[in-house]
Amino acid sequence: MLRAAALSYLALLLVIPLGMVFWTAFKDGAQPVLAALTRPAAVSALLLTVGIAVIAVAANTLAGVWCALQLVRGRFPGKALLNVLIDLPFAVSPVVVGLALLVVYGRAGWWGEWLIGHGLPVIFSVPGLVLATAFVSLPFVVREVVPVLRELGIEQEQAAATLGASSVQILWRITLPSIRRAIAYGVVLTTARALGEFGAVSVVSGRLAGRTQTLTLYVEERFQAFDLTGAYAASIVLAVLALLTLVAMRSLARLPAERAA
Amino acid sequence: MASELALARAGLTAARAKPPLAPLGWGITGAYLSLVVLLPLTAVLLGGAADGPTAFWRAITAPQAVASLELTLACALLVVAVNAVMGTLIAWVLVRDSFAGRSLVDGLIDLPFALPTIVAGLTFLALYGPRGPLGINVAYSRVSIVLALLFVTLPFVVRTVQPVLADLEAEVEEAAAMLGASAWLIFRRVALPSILPAVLSGMALGFARAMGEFGSVVLLTGNVPFSTEVSAVYIFGLVESSEPTSAAAVSTVLLVLALVVLLGLDGVRRWARRHAD
Repeated sequence: MLRAAALSYLALLLVIPLGMVFWTAFKDGAQPVLAALTRPAAVSALLLTVGIAVIAVAANTLAGVWCALQLVRGRFPGKALLNVLIDLPFAVSPVVVGLALLVVYGRAGWWGEWLIGHGLPVIFSVPGLVLATAFVSLPFVVREVVPVLRELGIEQEQAAATLGASSVQILWRITLPSIRRAIAYGVVLTTARALGEFGAVSVVSGRLAGRTQTLTLYVEERFQAFDLTGAYAASIVLAVLALLTLVAMRSLARLPAERAA
Repeated sequence: MASELALARAGLTAARAKPPLAPLGWGITGAYLSLVVLLPLTAVLLGGAADGPTAFWRAITAPQAVASLELTLACALLVVAVNAVMGTLIAWVLVRDSFAGRSLVDGLIDLPFALPTIVAGLTFLALYGPRGPLGINVAYSRVSIVLALLFVTLPFVVRTVQPVLADLEAEVEEAAAMLGASAWLIFRRVALPSILPAVLSGMALGFARAMGEFGSVVLLTGNVPFSTEVSAVYIFGLVESSEPTSAAAVSTVLLVLALVVLLGLDGVRRWARRHAD
């Protein structure tokens, strides 16, 4: 009974909708989907989305690992504050994120005039999209690495230090290998969020087709233009990326616990 | 005790092996966090108050703003309540039950985290919209908001409760059953006290998410003011019509609500940790 209730809830909310994306897109065969996906606007939207994701993920991974190390191992004033600050992007509406960037970097914002004067427009331009994406996907790496680091303890690091290893050696040979899987997991989550972000980028993008239109914005634009095939074709790409993310998460979770060092 | 010892030792090591890269790391990370998160959020808070307290008050008490905030809050609370029940149920089925395809179902739970919200909205429009194959049409109604929010917040309670439930020993529940306790009594007296903090923290995360949701509702609900317009959509409209001050004021309300929920979550975590010791 309970099982039936749980499974039918999940079917109505998850499985049927997911099947629906694929069914609607391929209703008239694969040809229109392929044609829609090879349009220059679709290709450039996909490339832009991937490019933005790469930069945001790299930045958030570096900053995330550093913050996790400090939050677990470090002692500094304002640690509790940093802890809450890191989680904030989870709780802030994507639209508010976009607005926030607009207030600082927009034409009428704090630094907008100066940035545009120096040939560095942020809003309605790619840097704004990167900032928005980085903001919303910031917490994942930190949140995955912190519990692992806490669980790990410091005995091995102390042993290495006693044996004369430098702090760089300890970080590189002991700490990083033991949190490798948590980092990978965080990177997968960050990537998924970065590829799929919509609200924040839609505020700062300006929607210039071929220049600042990411794949999610492309989906919306096609839908508004009554080009359902185009909208669903691009959705398929995003849904496949989502499914790949799930597969990656599953296989990472199944890997045997790694050797420490 | 053990954790205090570990903490003390961690402090010792940190003091002894001060990494040479520390100042550089702090500089770069600090600048990064400031430019990406801290500064923009501060700017929103200041921006909302830019035209003085009267303008701020007028912006957040505008009838359309109030209507959107009330709608968002009501939908979020309803969704969180459903999540508490269904999320716990799903977690229980995934942990205690065994059936073919369980691990597939387990993997699918994270789908809402991975699927872009705009795709989710489009999908629900195709499925539960005017030309849906099931003959159910809830698009452009308040039901569609709840539906979209149920989808995007589904994993939170399941994923927070699941590991706690897995750590609970089934033997205790079995012993209670042998002593004649009913299933409901066992759940209420044996399992619930242990998983309650996890349920609450999943609810808090889901609530924060639901209050700010935009992508999945923007195509699905029609965004009719006073009827199906949630706060995030209302703020988006203000930004598009070049009213950033009003937009920032309403955003401040959302930010404060989110902060309160996050602090509450932190409180729940501390309470649970104390409870566990």
